[in-house]
Amino acid sequence: MGGSEEVSSVDLKETELTLGLPGEKSRDSGSSIGVKRGFSDTLDLNLGSACSKGNEFDENEGDNRLKHPGAPGPSPPKAQLVGWPPVRASRKNAVKNSCKYVKVAVDGAPYLRKADLELYSSYQQLLKALEDMFSCFTIRNFFNDGKLLDPVNGSEYVPTYEDKDGDWMMVGDVPWKMFVESCKRIRLMKGSETVGLGTFT
Amino acid sequence: MTRPGYGYDPPSPDQVLENVLEDVLQFLTCRSDRNAASLVCKSWYQAEALTRSDLFIGNCYAVAPRRATDRFRRVRSVLLKGKPRFADFGLMPFNWGAHSTRWLAAFADAYPCLERIYLKRMSITDYDLGLIANSFSSLKELTLVCCEGFGTSGLAVIASKCRQLRVLDLFEDEVNHDEVDWISCFPETRTCLESLTFDCVEFPINFTALEKLLARSPNLKKLRLNRFVSIEQLHRLLVRAPQLTHLGTASFSPSEAGQPPEQELDYRAAFAACKSLVCLSGFREIAPEYLPAIYPVCANLTSLNFSYANINAEHLRSVICHCHKLQTLWVLDTVGDEGLQAAAATCKDLRELRLFPIEVREDTEGFVSEVGLLAVSEGCRKLRSILYFCQRMTNAAVIAMSKNCPDLVVFRLCIMGRHRPDHVTNEPMDEGFGAIVMNCKKLTRLAVSGLLTDKAFAYIGKYGKLVRTLSVAFAGDTDMALKYVLEGCPKLQKLEVRDSPFGDSVLRAGLHHFYNMRFVWMSACKLTFPACGEIAREMPHLVVEVFTVQEVPVEEEDEFVDTLYMYRSLEGPRNDAPEYVRIL
Repeated sequence: MGGSEEVSSVDLKETELTLGLPGEKSRDSGSSIGVKRGFSDTLDLNLGSACSKGNEFDENEGDNRLKHPGAPGPSPPKAQLVGWPPVRASRKNAVKNSCKYVKVAVDGAPYLRKADLELYSSYQQLLKALEDMFSCFTIRNFFNDGKLLDPVNGSEYVPTYEDKDGDWMMVGDVPWKMFVESCKRIRLMKGSETVGLGTFT
Repeated sequence: MTRPGYGYDPPSPDQVLENVLEDVLQFLTCRSDRNAASLVCKSWYQAEALTRSDLFIGNCYAVAPRRATDRFRRVRSVLLKGKPRFADFGLMPFNWGAHSTRWLAAFADAYPCLERIYLKRMSITDYDLGLIANSFSSLKELTLVCCEGFGTSGLAVIASKCRQLRVLDLFEDEVNHDEVDWISCFPETRTCLESLTFDCVEFPINFTALEKLLARSPNLKKLRLNRFVSIEQLHRLLVRAPQLTHLGTASFSPSEAGQPPEQELDYRAAFAACKSLVCLSGFREIAPEYLPAIYPVCANLTSLNFSYANINAEHLRSVICHCHKLQTLWVLDTVGDEGLQAAAATCKDLRELRLFPIEVREDTEGFVSEVGLLAVSEGCRKLRSILYFCQRMTNAAVIAMSKNCPDLVVFRLCIMGRHRPDHVTNEPMDEGFGAIVMNCKKLTRLAVSGLLTDKAFAYIGKYGKLVRTLSVAFAGDTDMALKYVLEGCPKLQKLEVRDSPFGDSVLRAGLHHFYNMRFVWMSACKLTFPACGEIAREMPHLVVEVFTVQEVPVEEEDEFVDTLYMYRSLEGPRNDAPEYVRIL
């Protein structure tokens, strides 16, 4: 068992993020590892306790951060340093590359589809993709109703999912990342069958 | 006694001494013993040079290849290291160096009967692999660790031409995808293969060819597959190779084109048949429901590498509860403190633990803490080596480990948040690391992290008398920190420092010691260009390199130097450095 390989500067550019929270010292925009790293440039982090889950909720719901396309989860709240934490690129990439395919079923459709949740970073992206997959449906304003509407016969579909514990949940309740971790399969339920869930008018 | 003129001259006393010396010295295997022996006197130097069969070059730029091959003429095995470790984390500019060609060419000249080549962090091209294949017909072992620059075409040449090859091991290399089916290039006849490792190859191989290769490699004991082999395919290989001792289990999940198999394969039986299995790794895309398959081999396992397996505490517990003989465990932090507790409860013989983070970020909640570290220290008293990534830690836990595990030789703790203090007391982590150097009297390798003041380094300088390798990041307050270390640690060989506030005076403080060291790396510190130049002038046998990680020339007017990398060398400045690397 041994070491690792040199990361090309191209790979580093893809992972280097240069945003910081307002008020923090930020690097020159547009430069990634092109920044001269004097000690004074090192961001002063006095994190104390670890970032709480509450913050993660906010970052997910807000969804207004610059994200790398396809990157799962929220952007980190500060600029990434080159080579820190010190984990070899092969190791970092190996585990991230794991895909998260789940079966997607639609009530009434004869076949299932598979969706890779790792490809999306928000509920909106997912539902847009589902809309494309089952192209007879359109998404209606997700944040208001959470329904998919079939324009042909007007019946509404509600996105639900089975989680790790085997329970069927409404899509959208938990932060995106938590959803990705716990989702085992997705089912677009006909509106008439969702009476028991009782969260919509 | 024979009379003169009969054609037999009895050997002179000197010659007898030399012959005896050679006979005796050939049993000396330890490098430092050999180095010591060679210093006794000239004839010992010569005898030692003739009997040294393993050549170790810790820094490929420390000496010219010819000089090494001129002195040691009967070498069978070479180990060559190139870039410093921080290159693994992208801190080195592209094409910095460590090219293998000139060394291989020298070996080809001097050691045509070379049997073993081991390269670490070297740049090696397909041409170089061709050179190896054509120059060393007796080659038995080729091991490449953390290397880059070659691809499948190079591997194909090795496979086809090195007919005596027993070991072809690729560990964490970057292999180019040339689309050459190198597995098919092994000879059609029986091979001598004993070990084949290619788990770092990030693209598919010809599985049918691999099966056939296995069939004609009866001596194969170690097989480490890459993640492009499904568990069904693994099954096919296992039933044909139950003699394996080391197995890299590839993806450990069903193939994507996953129609359920006609009959459920009996994975458990396949593993159970491998009575000699002692080392398991792989699990690259693990489907945890298949874990029970490995239960039958757990009792014999001495080494288990789950460091690519996204498994939780329960998954780990179900396996590790059987692993009473385990000595080496690599895991992901997804197993949590609970998983570590499970390991600590069973693995009383554990010598090495490496815990890697699944999320390589500073600002997450993290899965492990001081609880896991404490559990390991209480359960695994024989621990010698630990690498532990976490988001938060306490001095108390580290102090406890220093007392519970006095045999520690390697202690590497990475608190991923920069400058993070003890999360309970809010104090710096000085006392924890201080206890480690104080209580672990055999410690040779130390990596520190978290909020650290100069005090931590005072401890290291005072107690770390055997420390050879020290890694420092985002630590210390003043130059005194490194001065303590440079003045207090006589065995220090490798110093790697990044993003710490150390300035020019540490260079002066270390002058007496730099020739005893393999290298010093300092990046994003407070070193000035003139000071580096001064060192270069005062120490003719020190090569002082200054560069930035992005390939732009060094600006002398900059306040601070980006990266200083300096190393002792009998060769003087190298001539293969790219233009953006300044050698002072």
